[in-house]
Amino acid sequence: MSSPLRTPQSSSANLSPDQPRGNPDVRLSVEQASYVYAPNPSQAPLFTLEALSFQAKAGEIVAILGPNASGKSTLLKLISGALEPLSGHVFLNGFATHALAPKIRAQRIALVQQESRLLFPSHVSEFVLQGRHAHGRGLRFESEDDITIAKNALAQVGALHLIDRWMDKISGGEKQRVILARALAQQPILLLLDEPTLHLDIGAQVDLLDSLRRLAAENRYTVLVVTHELNLTGEYADQVVLLQKGKCLRVGSPASVFQRDLLEHVFQAPLSVEMTSSGRPRVTLFSNK
Amino acid sequence: MRPLTLGRLFLRCGILAIILFFVVVIALKLGAVQVSLYGLGRDLIRVLLHQSSGISTDYGMIVVDIRLPRILLAIVVGASLSVAGTSFQALLRNPLADPYVLGISSGAAVGSILALMIESQFSLSPEFSGLITPFGAFIGAAVTIAAVYFLGRREGQIDSSTLLLGGIITASFLSAVIMFLMSTLAAGNLRGASYWMMGSLSSLPPTSLLYFLGIGFLVAAGAIYTTASDLNLLLAGEKEAMHLGVDVPRVRMVVYLAASILTGLAVSVSGAIGYVGLLVPHAMRMIFGSDHRMLLPASALGGAIALVIADTLARTVVAPSELPVGAVTALVGAPFFIYLLRRRLS
Repeated sequence: MSSPLRTPQSSSANLSPDQPRGNPDVRLSVEQASYVYAPNPSQAPLFTLEALSFQAKAGEIVAILGPNASGKSTLLKLISGALEPLSGHVFLNGFATHALAPKIRAQRIALVQQESRLLFPSHVSEFVLQGRHAHGRGLRFESEDDITIAKNALAQVGALHLIDRWMDKISGGEKQRVILARALAQQPILLLLDEPTLHLDIGAQVDLLDSLRRLAAENRYTVLVVTHELNLTGEYADQVVLLQKGKCLRVGSPASVFQRDLLEHVFQAPLSVEMTSSGRPRVTLFSNK
Repeated sequence: MRPLTLGRLFLRCGILAIILFFVVVIALKLGAVQVSLYGLGRDLIRVLLHQSSGISTDYGMIVVDIRLPRILLAIVVGASLSVAGTSFQALLRNPLADPYVLGISSGAAVGSILALMIESQFSLSPEFSGLITPFGAFIGAAVTIAAVYFLGRREGQIDSSTLLLGGIITASFLSAVIMFLMSTLAAGNLRGASYWMMGSLSSLPPTSLLYFLGIGFLVAAGAIYTTASDLNLLLAGEKEAMHLGVDVPRVRMVVYLAASILTGLAVSVSGAIGYVGLLVPHAMRMIFGSDHRMLLPASALGGAIALVIADTLARTVVAPSELPVGAVTALVGAPFFIYLLRRRLS
């Protein structure tokens, strides 16, 4: 496939004077990164994310799994560069993510948030073209290339037919795809998704994760998904980072992280874990009574 | 998919410019003294050819020396207020933001009055004293936005109803300050309280200030225009804009300063004319969509058209007496504001 979306490798190849930092296969490297939310330095912190480390390669899907208030969103902010780690580092291809200029960062990292609020109505096409902003200069008007890339992005998530619709006139599942298409139009090397399945019905959830699986494989994106969906994580993730109350309890393959005792402890619910024939764990929840 | 192109931008602005031209011609013709179109054309050509001496009639004097500068003033003030309104709506992510509603114009008026008082206390050279009022208005506008911005924040986020309420209260407080300054400290020529609170284009500034105003408008509006595509993304929220590659603090600072300058310039020469910055951006958005690369120039031209029409009405409907132009804009703008508010709530 020779779509313009397939530039990640080429762009990652030419941006690294200090590239050889450990394993060259590693794209994202979180090294003992921590963060503390405190109203002011003299008071007790409201929330602490303790130092944690993991690495992710190109084409890999990593799930950041944990219950509410486990530090998932904080970790996502550290990785996206929105926050600077209190200690430790987050490197993307050898560059600290928080230190990148906003434009450069948006060329390499795309974030898909739960919902995109709009102040004024906008077309799907305009919305997806926003993903090209970081690639433009000043007031430049969208080029033919930008339009091709935006269309390809929509096609990749199966939403090309929505191109002339209004954003406020499409369904939740369709909107989620369009938001993903805007992220793809950024041509990132790291794709971050914050609870992407939250407002989707089951069919749309599987659809979305199938697309992510395919995109990670075809475009060599590193995909990082924040979620509390146990079974989707078990089915789709290559690597799981399990968080609880600001601590990283385990990092590893779903099969190694999905231990009954561990998950019961983290999610505070009785459950059982079985392995499917494909080697993927499956979780069943039980009532507390 | 039809993204905005430079050609379409010029075409649409060209159409608006032609409409503005016809509105100006009509505004020149209308008034207490009737002028023929032929005489108008002849005199205007003479002005353009620097042969003003050829215009000997009283008609010519009325048109060239009184109506034309006033119309030029309306153009600059209308364009400034509309561009400022468009900018504030994007910056504060609030479609009801407007320099007048948020009290920013009143802040600029207080700044102007204080500047005029300082000016009357010290004997300054005339070149310098002409500039001190716009400067005071700019400071007044900038301080008021900062105050309203912090009043409107709740838990680190801008809350749109708190912001509006904060702005409206600020406006009312500053109106009281204006009344106080007018009735207790007023000395010399500070114009009337109704001038500052309602706005009027009836007292013409010196020609040098008019040039300064035009240049100030071009610089400030140009600075805002460089952030036009950033503003499109800022509508989705500061965090989202940041992740799409917008340097949010820089854009916020540029727009904040430039919009303060625009409001300050407009208020220092015309008082607080309301609702232009609300009405015009919305009308333009309905016609051209919400892409700021189109919306900003359309608002500038639309604001100029709207204020020339409003001022022509202000000086003709009760001729030979005249209304403050702010009364005309408020008569149209306030009901429109209510309409937008109700639509947002539903």
